[in-house]
Amino acid sequence: MREVAIIGVGQTPVGEHWGKGLRELALEALEAAMRDAGVERLDALYVGNMLSGQVEAQEHLGALVADFAGMHGVEAVKVEAACASGAAALRIGYAMIAGGLADFVAVVGVEKMTDAAGEAITAALATAADAEYEAVHGMTFTALNALLMRRYMHEYGYRREDFAPFSINAHRNAVHNPRAMLRFPITEEAFASARMIADPITLLDASPICDGAAAVILCPADQARAFHERPVRILASAVATDTVALHDRRDPLWLEAVALSAYRAFQQAGARPEDIDFFELHDAFTIMAALSLEASGFAPRGRGVAMALEGAIFRDGRLPIATMGGLKARGHPVGATGIYQVVEAVLQLRGQAGPNQIPHARLGMTQNIGGTGATVITHILEAID
Amino acid sequence: MHPARAWRGRSQRYRLEGEICEGCGARLFPPRDICPECQRPARTPYPLSGRGEVYSYTVVYEPPAGYEEQAPYIVALIKLEEGPLISAMLTDVEPEEVYIGMPVEMVTRVLHRQGERGVIAYGYKFRPVLRRMATMPAQPATVTA
Repeated sequence: MREVAIIGVGQTPVGEHWGKGLRELALEALEAAMRDAGVERLDALYVGNMLSGQVEAQEHLGALVADFAGMHGVEAVKVEAACASGAAALRIGYAMIAGGLADFVAVVGVEKMTDAAGEAITAALATAADAEYEAVHGMTFTALNALLMRRYMHEYGYRREDFAPFSINAHRNAVHNPRAMLRFPITEEAFASARMIADPITLLDASPICDGAAAVILCPADQARAFHERPVRILASAVATDTVALHDRRDPLWLEAVALSAYRAFQQAGARPEDIDFFELHDAFTIMAALSLEASGFAPRGRGVAMALEGAIFRDGRLPIATMGGLKARGHPVGATGIYQVVEAVLQLRGQAGPNQIPHARLGMTQNIGGTGATVITHILEAID
Repeated sequence: MHPARAWRGRSQRYRLEGEICEGCGARLFPPRDICPECQRPARTPYPLSGRGEVYSYTVVYEPPAGYEEQAPYIVALIKLEEGPLISAMLTDVEPEEVYIGMPVEMVTRVLHRQGERGVIAYGYKFRPVLRRMATMPAQPATVTA
């Protein structure tokens, strides 16, 4: 297998892009990444997206984006794995280069959510769950996470307010990220009094509905230096799956696919959890952040929230998370999120994260979760000297 | 929902029919044909009692399309007495009365309607166990509508 490097990154601001559709967003991110890498020709293009068929009545995004980008004839397909679609597309691009089937690959994550009304987007997101046995009972994604959060509080004795540090950290970091959607700090008081969506989850536990696109350019690591002075190596790329339905898990509070995916990634990278300098995790809801920290090996069971309360997740803590705002405050354009995480990790490893820079960051981990943990994709990235 | 799709799920939605694994005896709901415990075929139908207790619950204030008229409603994970967890709405109960561990039983109700001409989908919901039922042998409810 060949080693794979990231030589270019690009991202649109995350937000409500009333003036731009899927193709314009995708192209904006792709062009920025190609400029950053200084490449003009690609062997393949992979597009991560979840909702285009439901929100825009548009599938076939591989060909659509390639066509709109003027890349006549290029290999291109869409990759879908619910909210993990972005990282799933990266996984395919990585495998193509590692396996020697391509040399220059672009991976674009793109999502357009604001063209659908509230109930329609809630229903569209619920398609990541089991349609026959979850969604038909009026289950929403927020509701599934609320079930986890209430049980977690019941088993470990936490209060709702104990989850506040996850959102406070994310919002604080988003202030300095020019691409983030919610660039304002929040207080513990605001967290405590936020509007209820699905008890005990409020607006300030949940990531926002938004649009956005992010892109990376990959090439064989031994050619990377010719294109970018600070390339980043993909040390590990690991996917694991679990039951789609939450109720089919023996122990819903243990995200088995997170544990498997993280374990495989650590094995590939030859690294341990304590070697990781920062972690871009999937904080779609505060409870997901806690469960991800635990199953990934950063906190013992039931201690994910305690780890946040101790401040270990802040920029100056033992394991900074959501360093550019996370899903909570950068925003969660679902199929694009996995690529945003990787773009932000690359900026950290290049030393280009501005006021949010983690000093001496060498190893960064990203983790993109589809559904309530049915698809989990972990990447470990390393700055190349 | 296409009528055939609603019809296909009738044994599960109306009778809570799961499966039993011939190999290890695990009782499964929903049916999944391969036992997750021992990976052997599990295709023998097995009706569940419909009794269980609340494992976790939440109140949905922002419903998906098609469920607006029921909101706010309670959805729960129910731990069935045979072992499986199941997702369902709670009915005949107020949110402030629900607690983790509450004994519940299956009833058949309308899950959702799709307008004037659409399919009316029936299926299981769960309600608190009625006191007068406690001494009677509980039966899974059947559909008469």
